[in-house]
Parts: sequence; structure tokens; C-alpha cells
Amino acid sequence: MAGIQVKALVTAVADTIAAHAEELTALDQAIGDGDHGLNMKRGFEAVRADLPALADKPLPEALKAIGTKLVMTVGGASGPLFGTLFMALGKELPPEPDRVSLAAALARAIEAVAARGKSQAGQKTMLDVLFPLQAAVAAGTSPAGIADAADAAAEATRPIRAIRGRASFLGDRSIGHVDAGARSTALITRAVVETLEKSA
Amino acid sequence: MNVGIVIVSHSSKVAEGTADMVRQMVGDDVPLAWCGGNAEGGLGTDVGAIMQAIDRAWSDAGVAVLVDLGGAETNSEMAVEMIGAPRAERIVICNAPIVEGAVMAATEASGGASLDAVVATAHELSPV
Repeated sequence: MAGIQVKALVTAVADTIAAHAEELTALDQAIGDGDHGLNMKRGFEAVRADLPALADKPLPEALKAIGTKLVMTVGGASGPLFGTLFMALGKELPPEPDRVSLAAALARAIEAVAARGKSQAGQKTMLDVLFPLQAAVAAGTSPAGIADAADAAAEATRPIRAIRGRASFLGDRSIGHVDAGARSTALITRAVVETLEKSA
Repeated sequence: MNVGIVIVSHSSKVAEGTADMVRQMVGDDVPLAWCGGNAEGGLGTDVGAIMQAIDRAWSDAGVAVLVDLGGAETNSEMAVEMIGAPRAERIVICNAPIVEGAVMAATEASGGASLDAVVATAHELSPV
């Protein structure tokens, strides 16, 4: 993947996180500690600021650098979780990924996130979007279908009772709110898919 | 050289206060460092700050890390992974209450105990 695509992808993701930062923070205020939007925005703005160096790297190296930057700048529990996702993707993806290698790399990266968070599907976390996202990629779903699947999966966290993360302290009161990390993951997915579609 | 102790809290006040208690109990016999709060000075934990605290408390005998809530543990695990081998093998994140764990671990460490023994002492404080 050429440098121009790394630049387009990072720009699209940073733009969507910035545009939705207040929404993400509001979601997190309902059931977390209310800093998710701000933290994610700070992280992806730091990644955007690194674009001159990132754009010259092969895709796997760019992803690893993005992950490391997110770990160092997002803070909270989201930094290591989103950072691990990108770092593991960078480790697993070949320089010129196709759909099969992307599906395989996503599967392993999601396992790394699950291990980092000591969590699994169905616990009202970003994993509840990542697993359906990986399934859609593996199944050959259209780009628009992948983004829609991620959105639907984020929405589907609403009725779940949280048992991981700070939302778990709220017990039943966590029911009825979309998980902020799940929503971020869906937003990132849509930005990536739409950018790749434009450049295809 | 005695095992080092690192205290990681979401709050710099909790981390610093815990470190004060450890110092009063064991004096300067144990390498000790703390960090707390996010990069903006608010509540939270910061992987870079945790890595630096581990550096400050580094001992070739190893380092025991005491954490408070979940994010502190996740970020500490990330910090250990980023420090990487071979040092990462001599850093253990303890499953123990932060204040009692830090004091007990440091007391054990001040007598020259091994990393395994220091960690075991902290873990005895956790409900089974």
C-alpha cells in the first residue's frame, strides 16, 4: 500500500474521531469516566502530526508506529487496547494485504486485544464490534456491508450489561447505553472502508 | 541489590502518598518510584510515565509493580511489554491492594528477598 493511502487512511480516521469526540465523550460519561472522546482525539491527532514520517513507511511498519503512538498518547485503558489492535495488525499483515490475509491478521490482532483487556465477546466492549467486523471481512462482505455490520454491532452493545472496564461498576445501570469503545471502533471501521473504496 | 517497587495509581496523590508510607516503613533500602495521573495531570495512567517509573526503581533483582484500578494494570502490562526482553522478565505486576501491597512488598524487599518472594508477600493480601 502506497504512502498516499496511509496518509488518506490516517486523515480519514483522525477526522471522524475529531468530528465525533463529543458524542464519544457523552457515551463514556453515561457509563464510564467520560474521557473517551477526548482521549481518542488526542491520540489520533498525535498520529496525524506524525504523518510526514508515517507516510513513507510500508503499511505494517506504519500500523506498528500508529499503535505505539496511540499507547503513548490516548491514555486510560483505551490507549493500550486500541494501540494493541494497530500494533498487532502491523505485526500480522503482509506489506500488500489481500482480503484473506487481512481477515487472518484481524483475527490474530483481535485475540491480542482480548488478551490485553482480559475480555471476550458479549461483555460490552470494542470486541463486540471487532469480532463481527472480522467475520464480515472473512465472509467477503461488500465494503459498505462491513461498515454497516460494524455500526449494527456497536448499536447491539446497548442492551448488554457491562462486566469489564469501569462500566462494570455500574452493573445493571450500564444497560441501555452504547459502549463508547464499540462506537469508536465502528467509526474507525467506516472511515477506513470508505477511504479504501475511494482509492480502489 | 534489593528488589525495586513501583506504585502506579490513577491519582498522583494516591501514588505519592503510598510511596510516602513505604519510605516511612522501609527507609531508603528499596529502590522506589511512583507515577499517577494521565499526561494532562488528570486522573488516569500513562504508559510512558510507568516505563519511566520502572526505570527509576530498576534493580537487577527485579521490580514489583503495585497498581490500583483496571486501567493501571492494563497500562502497566503494556509498559512491561514495551520495555521488552530481557528486563521485562524481571518485572511483575502484583495482584494486591495498592497501599498494603506496596508496604508489604517493600518490607519483604528491604530484607533482600527475591522477586518471587516479594511478589508472593503482596499476593497473600489478595482475597482468594
